Amino acid sequence: MSGHSNYQPTTRFGKWLHERLPIMELVQAQGMDFPTPRNLNYWWTFGGILATMLVVQILTGVVLAMHYTPHIDMAFNSVEHIMRDVNYGWLIRYMHANGASMFFIAVYIHIFRGMYYGSYKAPREVLWMIGVVIYLIMMATAFMGYVLPWGQMSFWGAKVITNLFSAIPFVGDYITTWLWGGFSIDNPTLNRFFSLHYLMPFVLAAAVGLHIWALHVPGNNNPTGISVKSAQDTLPFHPYYTMKDLFAIVAFLVFYMAWVFYSPNYLGHAINYEPANPLVTPAHIVPEWYYLPFYAILRAIPDKLGGVIAMFASILILFFLPWLDRSPLRSFKYRPLSRFFFWVFVVVCVILGFAGSGLPDNYFLSHHAAPAEGFHFTYKVVGQLATFWYFFHFLVIVPLVSKIERTEPAPASISEAVLAKAHDHAA
Amino acid sequence: MRNIFIIASVAFAALTGAAQAEGVLPAKDISFSFEGPMGTFDRGQLQRGYKVYKEVCANCHAMNLVSFRNLSDKGGPEFTPEQVKALAATFTVKDGPNEAGEMFERPGLPTDRFPSPFANDEAAKSANGGALPPDLSLITKARPGWYGTINQFFNGIGGPQYVYSVLTGYEEPDEEMAKLQPPGKSLNHYFSAGPWIGMPAPLSDDVVTYDDGTKATVDQMARDVSAFMAWTAEPKMEERKHLGFMTLLYLAVFTLMLYLVKKKIWHGVPH
Repeated sequence: MSGHSNYQPTTRFGKWLHERLPIMELVQAQGMDFPTPRNLNYWWTFGGILATMLVVQILTGVVLAMHYTPHIDMAFNSVEHIMRDVNYGWLIRYMHANGASMFFIAVYIHIFRGMYYGSYKAPREVLWMIGVVIYLIMMATAFMGYVLPWGQMSFWGAKVITNLFSAIPFVGDYITTWLWGGFSIDNPTLNRFFSLHYLMPFVLAAAVGLHIWALHVPGNNNPTGISVKSAQDTLPFHPYYTMKDLFAIVAFLVFYMAWVFYSPNYLGHAINYEPANPLVTPAHIVPEWYYLPFYAILRAIPDKLGGVIAMFASILILFFLPWLDRSPLRSFKYRPLSRFFFWVFVVVCVILGFAGSGLPDNYFLSHHAAPAEGFHFTYKVVGQLATFWYFFHFLVIVPLVSKIERTEPAPASISEAVLAKAHDHAA
Repeated sequence: MRNIFIIASVAFAALTGAAQAEGVLPAKDISFSFEGPMGTFDRGQLQRGYKVYKEVCANCHAMNLVSFRNLSDKGGPEFTPEQVKALAATFTVKDGPNEAGEMFERPGLPTDRFPSPFANDEAAKSANGGALPPDLSLITKARPGWYGTINQFFNGIGGPQYVYSVLTGYEEPDEEMAKLQPPGKSLNHYFSAGPWIGMPAPLSDDVVTYDDGTKATVDQMARDVSAFMAWTAEPKMEERKHLGFMTLLYLAVFTLMLYLVKKKIWHGVPH
């Protein structure tokens, strides 16, 4: 871990500490001297943005937990107590609720960036797979957090999602009962969700530690996808990338704070400002926006178990991406066909998001029901078509295109690419 | 090209928003003083709205997240603390147990929550033909007046407009509709679970007398009480917008400075 510096302690205390715990050497080697490709663009700043969001979520979450009551009779009112009576409680809660959405926006950009530049390919497969694990932990954490305010959508969302496990053959009902801590969603469920929602971010932080470790072994990928060949290709992480990341993080905070202060409830559901009522089912149960594509995949399969399998498969398939892509080149910058299908895939994911947002039998993007007879472009049908494409992309397009596409000439090294760009600039 | 077409049609559909459930109309888009990034509440309007709430709505609806003391909070109706004391004292509140172990009644204090009209939900239902009058504390955040991803982004969810539209949206059913009318229900195309609503039209001209001399038309009272409920749902709105302005200003300047530092550091470094 510390091969990139010639750290020499200069003070007496420094020497004393170094012989006992060489932590300053680690900081200098990994946090300052670390050789980083000189051509990283702003899409690479989302790693730092994500780390910042994790810290923001943990800090605001710890404060919220000081004022929140995990009991079905008091949870809703304790959240309103935070909004009304706790000093700046409204700010902390809006930061936490919108922070979750910002976390997901950043993670989606981060994942798509990894896909576009082939960052999942050798030697970064483990780095990529740890990333998928982090994403899974994020989803579980956010889901349990959304249940805590115990509003109508909290309750019914929890009901729909936990009910998915009942689709498992033979043991499904036992598993749901075990998850709920009873025969319905009740106080034990809320209590354990609170406990786990507090625990998971720390598991997440540990996984992030592994993610960074796995990043620092092969080093960063870069927009050309060409491996670092010489010292000329790199710059020390500090001050070049510390400052670039810091600028991007603060710019992202502007975006984040605009939501918090001027549209704090837009990304949530109005009906969650109504206390949970197990006797009144909302007209339309939908998850938070960041789950909508997966919700669409779940609903696309007519069979419940099939839907659950498809939904989990849609994320698990990401684990195999490093081996599905068989191209000798990483970056899609020099892979025109892959690039085209990448953007199709992005659009399909957005369509899946919309497909998950409406009532299945309504016309797509409309509030009007389609007739039961005949073929219509309903939310369900569009969801099915997009689901098909989602899996087709990974299972057919990626392996096939990466094998047959005619790549464009890639530069011999990062410095060559950088110099060519600088030359273009001058000319 | 096809992708662009899809994106355009997605954007268009989200923009137009489309209708709500069958037989339910989107809320009337009236404007309020508290809209937009700089909007603030109109104190006079909130004070009038409180009067409408207290004399009309509170007969059936609870509002149990709001205390009398909130009425003098900054950014709200801003009654004086003396006024709040006097207002609270007009109510009788059950308290206890005292040293003898008995419950007793006393005049309301500013620290008391708004008293609920019914002892429990069952009593409320039984007095209202089986329909539970919802708690109104958060109603303007819980009920969208209209839908549409892009529409709501620019215009908000229209919660206060929803309340206004329901209060002013009562109709006499025509002959055709009258045949469908369930007993004890009224016709209101703005009610979210409509068109039949359990609440009879609550407002009529001059049902309250405003202290500031404003004429108490149904339209005026509906506007005032909707604004009041916008405040009860989001009592820290003014503080939020003010702090938001300062925060964004600070962050914008900070971002610019960091950009210049970054530019300086990277100057002359090919990348």
